[in-house]
Amino acid sequence: MTEFLQQVLNGVSLGAIYALIALGYTMVYGVLRFINFAHSDVFMLGAFVGWAAVERLHLPTRSFGGGLAALALAMAVCAILGVVIEKLAYKPLRNRSTLTVLITAIGVSLLIQNVSQNPTIGFGPNPRAFPELFPARQIHLGGLTVSTNQIVVLAVTVVLLAVLYWIVHRTKTGTAMRALSFNATAASLVGINNDRIISFTFALGSALAGAGGVLYATNYPSIDPLMGTLPGLKAFVAAVLGGIGNLPGAALGGLLIGLVETFVSGTRLSTFRDAIAFAILIAILLFRPAGLLGKLKVEKV
Amino acid sequence: MLEITDLIVSYGAIRALHGISLRVDAGAIVTLIGGNGAGKTTTLRSISGMVRPRSGTIRFDGRDITGLPPHEVVGLGLAHSPEGRMVFANLSVLENLHMGAYLQRDKAWIASELEFVFHMFPRLRERAEQAAGTLSGGEQQMLAIGRALMSRPRFLMLDEPSLGIAPLLVKEIFGRLVELNRDRNLPILLVEQNANLALEVSHFGYVLETGRVILSGPAQELRSNPEVRNAYLGG
Ligand SMILES: Nc1ncnc2c1ncn2[C@@H]1O[C@H](COP(=O)(O)OP(=O)(O)OP(=O)(O)O)[C@@H](O)[C@H]1O
Ligand SMILES: [Mg+2]
Repeated sequence: MTEFLQQVLNGVSLGAIYALIALGYTMVYGVLRFINFAHSDVFMLGAFVGWAAVERLHLPTRSFGGGLAALALAMAVCAILGVVIEKLAYKPLRNRSTLTVLITAIGVSLLIQNVSQNPTIGFGPNPRAFPELFPARQIHLGGLTVSTNQIVVLAVTVVLLAVLYWIVHRTKTGTAMRALSFNATAASLVGINNDRIISFTFALGSALAGAGGVLYATNYPSIDPLMGTLPGLKAFVAAVLGGIGNLPGAALGGLLIGLVETFVSGTRLSTFRDAIAFAILIAILLFRPAGLLGKLKVEKV
Repeated sequence: MLEITDLIVSYGAIRALHGISLRVDAGAIVTLIGGNGAGKTTTLRSISGMVRPRSGTIRFDGRDITGLPPHEVVGLGLAHSPEGRMVFANLSVLENLHMGAYLQRDKAWIASELEFVFHMFPRLRERAEQAAGTLSGGEQQMLAIGRALMSRPRFLMLDEPSLGIAPLLVKEIFGRLVELNRDRNLPILLVEQNANLALEVSHFGYVLETGRVILSGPAQELRSNPEVRNAYLGG
């Protein structure tokens, strides 16, 4: 039983990170109807900003204040990056086919990875040790072992999800995001500047990915320019699992993927831990293409 | 108030408007009637900036607004309730109305206009918290009109507000539109396939056929015009 709860705890804290990334995929899909494949690279850059916050800006390590400051910095930098990527790469393609935009997204992703791998202008291809941002302690609760990092992951995720919920459902800009994702033409007819809302959506999603990057790196403290690929793909599966375009769905999908992956790791099938997400993807596409919480949309005319 | 001159609009290779000129004077209800594909919707879309004309000019209060993007056109006081209503089905009725007031800053004005809309269409008040997608077609039309009013228009465009709606609700909606025009002196450009109804409430009308104005005149005259009677009023 304790073993089981321990696995649940580990799975949820991994899933929380997938959820943070998955939200960015799903939000961008909501407003632009395409999968932003460069999202996983923004996640990676978030981890590097966290690294730079300590190694270059000399924020204190093993401190909650320093760790949260690094996290905030990564979120801010990633938000700006997300907006810049959108403006430079996707905005010029606004009325092009989805396929064109998708291919561009893959191109942007490769570009970021290649530039980051370059030793002169990027970080170089070798992994780097990620500093200990937060005080590393193990807390024993009954038979459970909880690390402070796990607590930070869960607490930060809960706060970010609450803030996101508030923005999307209680603010005018958030309502405009939902309006735009339902009908962009009608949104512009009420005076919404769609480009501004799209930028805002990219900022929001990228900030969450940046937070995810830092949190991921605190738990897997070796970072490199290709580190985003696998978590990014899993988060993408999480978004599809929850129902692409559906925010609670992305959060739920992230948790489920994290849990499944953790449980699979604990069995003899552990070598399949990375493959399981893709098995899930194939299963959803076959049996429930709209995802768990998604509805196949029939627009009323 | 609104003046369109020699408007030409194409969708790719398809020419939808072949040089249309029309005007709407302050305080008037003007209707565009015509069969399927005549270019009525395209005319409204050009005014609100949803399509960019090939040539021609659209002037509002003397200002050239040709080719402005929709979100700027709304800001100038032209509201467009589009064909098919296009309410935000995933938002509540109240959120839809607040989105209508997206560009309005004056909270007190928003609150009082909301009250006005709820008074105008009491069904919307009853359903304020309901998702707009769950409303009936007639209620969605009321919402689309209410949402347009929330943008504080000085000029209102409505595309087929009677389409697919029970006759009783159509009567209610048109009654409200006439009051709106009378009490607020709000000019309305009304697109309708239901020519009878449209000419009944309008002051002036234009008849469109395959992208051209083929006839225009005071609504009363059009109603008694034999050609119009034959083609659009069912004899
Ligand atoms: N998005 C579009 N792409 C291509 N052609 C279009 C498009 N929208 C309209 N058209 C064409 O332009 C012409 C005018 O269409 P429009 O919708 O303005 O007519 P309408 O008078 O509003 O007709 P209805 O009464 O059926 O709504 C038609 O020939 C139509 O097929
Ligand atoms: Mg039409």
